[in-house]
Amino acid sequence: MAYDLDFERPLAVLERQISEQEKKVEGAQRRPDRHKPGELDAMAAELANLREKLIQETRSTYAKLSPWERVQVARHKQRPYTRDYIKLMCEEFFELRGDRHYGDDRAIQGGVACLNGRAVVILGHQKGRDTRERMECNFGMAHPEGYRKAMRLMRHAERFHMPVITLIDIAGAAIDLEAEERGISVAIAENLIGMAQLRTPILCVVTGEGGSGGALGISVGDRILMLEHSIYTVASPEAAASILWRDSAFAPNAAETMKITAQDLLERGLIEEIVPEPLGGAHRDLAEMAAILKDTITHNLNELCALPVNELLQARYQRYRAIGESSHALAPAASVS
Amino acid sequence: MKDETESALSNVNSNGAHPDGRVKALPQNLAVKCPNCREVLVGKDWEKNFHICSKCGYHFRLSAPERIELLLDEGTFEEFAADLTSGDPLSFVSRSQPYRTKLETERANTGLTEAVVVGRGQIEGMPLVIVVMDFRFIGGSMGTIVGEKITRAIETAADERLPLLICSASGGARMQEGLLSLMQMAKTSAALGHLADVGCPYISLLTDPTTGGVSASFAFLGDVILAEPGALIGFAGPRVIEQAIHQKLPKDTNTADFVRAHGMIDDIVHRRDLRAVLGQLLRIYGQCMEVVTVESSAANE
Repeated sequence: MAYDLDFERPLAVLERQISEQEKKVEGAQRRPDRHKPGELDAMAAELANLREKLIQETRSTYAKLSPWERVQVARHKQRPYTRDYIKLMCEEFFELRGDRHYGDDRAIQGGVACLNGRAVVILGHQKGRDTRERMECNFGMAHPEGYRKAMRLMRHAERFHMPVITLIDIAGAAIDLEAEERGISVAIAENLIGMAQLRTPILCVVTGEGGSGGALGISVGDRILMLEHSIYTVASPEAAASILWRDSAFAPNAAETMKITAQDLLERGLIEEIVPEPLGGAHRDLAEMAAILKDTITHNLNELCALPVNELLQARYQRYRAIGESSHALAPAASVS
Repeated sequence: MKDETESALSNVNSNGAHPDGRVKALPQNLAVKCPNCREVLVGKDWEKNFHICSKCGYHFRLSAPERIELLLDEGTFEEFAADLTSGDPLSFVSRSQPYRTKLETERANTGLTEAVVVGRGQIEGMPLVIVVMDFRFIGGSMGTIVGEKITRAIETAADERLPLLICSASGGARMQEGLLSLMQMAKTSAALGHLADVGCPYISLLTDPTTGGVSASFAFLGDVILAEPGALIGFAGPRVIEQAIHQKLPKDTNTADFVRAHGMIDDIVHRRDLRAVLGQLLRIYGQCMEVVTVESSAANE
C-alpha cells in the first residue's frame, strides 16, 4: 500500500526508491552476465538497506504524530471498517437487520456472532469502502433507525446473556431533514439511558473516528478502548473550529486544543486501554490489526463476563458518574467573582 | 458533524424560532424591541406579559432567575450545588483567551456561577427539584459542572422521592472541555435511568434553544416533554443542516411545532399557562408517587 498522507511524503519517496531498486535488482538477476561479480550483491544489500530505512522512518514518524496527523490516519480510506473486523475476527456471523419501526440503516451494521467460541452481539458504524457502498452507508453517518436498530440488537444480547461489542467509527450522526424528522436526538438519548442500564457487558472500541453524539450513541459501556491512532471528540475538529473560531480551516488547531487522541484520553482516565496498531497504521495490515483486536476483546470480555451483573451495572454507573466530578476541585468557590 | 453550540449561536436561520433572543432595550427596560416582528414594546407591559411580545407572541428567552421567578411559588426556591465552578480540565486557550478568563467574564456578565441553576422549590404548594439552564452563559453549553449539577439534582430528586423539572436552554456540549463535556450526556442519562427506577416523574421543558448534546440526552428523556412556542429544538440547527445538504429547509424545521408534529414531544405550552400545566402534572403524578413510595417502603420491611 502506498504512503499517501501528507506527512508521509518522505516515506513515499523512500517507497519509490525501494521499488526502483527492486526493478534494478530484478533486471540484474535476469541478466547476471551483464554485471561485474559482486555488483548484484551490492544492489541487493542496498535494497535491504532501503527497506530497513523505511521501517525505521515509519516508526519514528508514527511515534511522534501530531493530533491532526492522527485524524488523517483515523480517516484513512483504507482503514479497516466494522465489516472487515467482523469478517476477520469472528468464526460465525449472522447479520440482524432493521429497527422494526422504520428501516434498516446501513451506517450501523451488526448481528450475532461467535468470537473465540463465545456468542456475542457485535455492531458498529460502517463508512463504506467504494462509492456505491459509501452512498448506501451515508458515509457511516447514522440516522435514527440506525441507533434504534443498535438498541434492538443490544436488548437481544441482554435477553440471551451475550456480551455486546460496539465498534465506533463515525464523523458524526446524520445531519439532514430526515434525521430530524425521525428524531435523531431522541434516538441517541434513548440509547444513552438504555446502554447505561443494559444487563449484560458492553465493550466499546473506537476504531477510527469517535465523532460526537453519533459516536456516544453506541459507546456507553463498561470499558472504552481506542485504537492507537483513533480519535474521540465532542465535535469533529472542523465543526469545533467553526463553532469556536467561525472557520473550519482551523480544524488542526481544534484537534490540538481539544485533546482528542487515544493517548490524551487515556491520560485523563476517559478510556481504559489503547489497542496498538500495526506499524504505519491499521490500514497497512488488516489481518494483523484484527488479530490484535481479537486478543484484546477476548481478554476484556473474559474479565467482564466473570462479574455478577449487578456489580457490573454499579461499576458502569460509577464509571460515568465520576467523569468531571473532580474538575471543580481545581477551582474553589472563592474564585467566583 | 456540525451540531452543538454552533446551531444555537447562528445569527441567521430561516425558521420561526428567532435566533437573537437577546433583549434589545432602552435603559431600565423602558422599551424593548421584539426581535421577531420588530414591534417596540413598553417595558412594563412586556414584563407583566411574561416577556412575550404582545403583537406576535414571540417568547423572549428568559434568564435562569427569571424562569425560576416565573415558575415557582414565591420564596420557595432553595438553590444547592451553587458553589461548583468549572475548572479548566484541558487548559483550553482560544485565540489567546484562556477558558478560565472566559468563565470569569461570563460569571461577571450573568451573575451566575455556571450555565445552570439547580435547587428545590414548590409549584402550587407541591415540592419538586428544579433545574434551569441559562443560555446567556456560553450558550447554555454543558461542560463538566453543568453535567455535575444536573446529575446532583437528579440524584436529589431520587433520594428525596421528588418530581424533577428540567428547563433546557442550550446549544449543546461545551467545546472548551472536550470529551469530558460529551460524557456528561452519558452521565446525566444514566442518572435519569436511576430516577426512573425509583419511580419519580421527570418533566422536561424545552425552551429556546434546545439543540446538540443537550437535546440528544436528558432533554428528550422526559416522562413528559413540553416546549415553549417557537423554540428552536433539534439535533442540528437549520443553518447547519442547510450547509450540509445544500438545500433550503421548510420554514418550520426544528421548531416546537415541528417536533410536536413529528411525535417527539407531548405539547407546546404558552408561557402564561406553564405554571398551571406543571401544577396539574405534579398533582397527577403526585398521586402515583404516593403509591410507589408506600410500595417501596412496604418492600423494605
